[in-house]
Amino acid sequence: MSEILRLVGTATWQTLIMVFFSTVFSLLLGLPLGILLCISSPEDQGGIKPMKVLNEVLGRIVNVLRSFPFLILMIVLFPLSRLLLGKSIGTAATIVPLSIAAAPFVARVIESALKEVDHGVIQAARTMGSTNAQIVFKVLIPEALPSLVSGVTLTIINLIGYSAMAGTIGGGGLGDLAIRYGFQRWRTDVLLAAVIVILIMVEIIQVIGNKISASLISKR
Amino acid sequence: MRIALKNLVKNYGSLHAVSDISLEIPQNRIFGIIGKSGAGKSTLVRMMSLLEKPDAGSVWFDDRRVDQLEKNELIAQRRKIGMIFQNFNLFSSRTAGMNVAYPLEICGISKQEIDAKVKSLMEIVGLGDRIDAPISTLSGGQKQRVAIARALANEPEILFCDEATSALDPQTTRAILDLIKSLQKKMNLTVVMITHQMEVVRDSCNFVAVLDEGRVVEQGAVTEIFSNPRSSVTKDFLAHLMSVASTEDAEAEKLVRWSSKGGRYTLRFRGGMTDTPVLSRLGRDLPVEVNIRAGGVQHVEGEEIGTIVCDISGVEENRKAAVKYLQEQGIVVEEADNE
Ligand SMILES: Nc1ncnc2c1ncn2[C@@H]1O[C@H](COP(=O)(O)OP(=O)(O)O)[C@@H](O)[C@H]1O
Ligand SMILES: [Mg+2]
Repeated sequence: MSEILRLVGTATWQTLIMVFFSTVFSLLLGLPLGILLCISSPEDQGGIKPMKVLNEVLGRIVNVLRSFPFLILMIVLFPLSRLLLGKSIGTAATIVPLSIAAAPFVARVIESALKEVDHGVIQAARTMGSTNAQIVFKVLIPEALPSLVSGVTLTIINLIGYSAMAGTIGGGGLGDLAIRYGFQRWRTDVLLAAVIVILIMVEIIQVIGNKISASLISKR
Repeated sequence: MRIALKNLVKNYGSLHAVSDISLEIPQNRIFGIIGKSGAGKSTLVRMMSLLEKPDAGSVWFDDRRVDQLEKNELIAQRRKIGMIFQNFNLFSSRTAGMNVAYPLEICGISKQEIDAKVKSLMEIVGLGDRIDAPISTLSGGQKQRVAIARALANEPEILFCDEATSALDPQTTRAILDLIKSLQKKMNLTVVMITHQMEVVRDSCNFVAVLDEGRVVEQGAVTEIFSNPRSSVTKDFLAHLMSVASTEDAEAEKLVRWSSKGGRYTLRFRGGMTDTPVLSRLGRDLPVEVNIRAGGVQHVEGEEIGTIVCDISGVEENRKAAVKYLQEQGIVVEEADNE
């Protein structure tokens, strides 16, 4: 029993590290990208500074990255991990492909949340003499905040799933544990424990995300 | 501030939303622009409020051309314009007071100054006790009051109202119009009032332009347009006003309809002549009978405008003579095309 606790404890910690940092980095990459996708879109879709070429190029890149199978993306990105961290194996190294895989997803989630903001409200902000930056940071983002929180929640949950997959090719964490002990050594108890921890993690994130989003809405 | 529009044109693809509109909007007045849905009112006001550039023509504020400003000048100019909308367009992420603070924030005004200003503006619009209220807790009329406070925060000289009362019930509409009228006087505003409701024009405007299919079909002082409408669009608006009057708004309009049928002739006369027994003389001097279907008096800018909807029966020749007689008395007579 104590062995299971130790194994699952270490793996959970590794998963938390992977998910936390890849969430942070995928947001750092995806947030600006999502904002850019929204503001550069055509005017009738709510773009505040339509830029046709930029919008199409970014849109294509995001779509290609999103349709890439994650496992293949990881393998392709091993050299990048080595370049950035000096190694391509381990929990830290896994954060690089995880972040890059999640960034396009984050970009689309942010873009669609921002596009939901009522055009009339944006028009009002513009008539009052807002600069584009003011519209983005003082209008679009605050107005879209509940949807943005839901989007980030979804991203974290996706990253928990991705990190389990990443673990299997050398990242450690709960996915790795489940494969090594549960699948290769037929330790059903370890497998079960790993799965339960993942389920609990997902559930906790979902509940917290919903709470924050709901409390934001209730204050309006 | 005076606004002049010169030969404005705006097309959306092959659709001519605004075709060659020229208007002179005098300062410190309320200028109505009325038209049916799709007439091009919003497009016109978007060009006046510098949200969209015209395809051709120019927009002038006093003697300054404003439709081709560079980015920074454009933003500076927009900060001197106030605008309110049918759907209020308030920020749901902000409280009522924070909505009013927004235009001040983006100009980099200090927090203290903003707080004081927000407080006084909210008091002016009658919501001094709702500064911290979330927007969703406000009624439609209260939302529009917040929007008005927000529009006037930077002390603009121009206020554009695009269907500002169209989402409100008749009572709230009158309250909002009264507020706009009093603020117009207090702050020396030039107000452009876009609407599709003739009662809004009657209750608030000094001048009006009637828009149809992207063109101005008629314009002038409101008393003039009410007593002597020329275009068929204007007549339709006035006729609609009367039918509305007979139902939901009867008391305020002081118009009564006692027969739902008939009413081929609409007679309009200005207050000064309501003493003359025109109709009884008509019945006495000519072999016709006048059957009144609806009638009443409306107050337009302090002047009374009488309206009577009636049928005149008799042989055609005599009916024509009757119309002629009425016209000689200074009454405007409109004849419906079909019986
Ligand atoms: N951004 C736009 N793109 C295409 N067509 C538009 C756009 N804005 C308005 N129109 C069209 O222009 C015409 C006038 O519209 P609008 O100015 O909104 O009229 P109103 O405010 O009088 O109802 C309508 O036929 C409308 O469909
Ligand atoms: Mg409109």
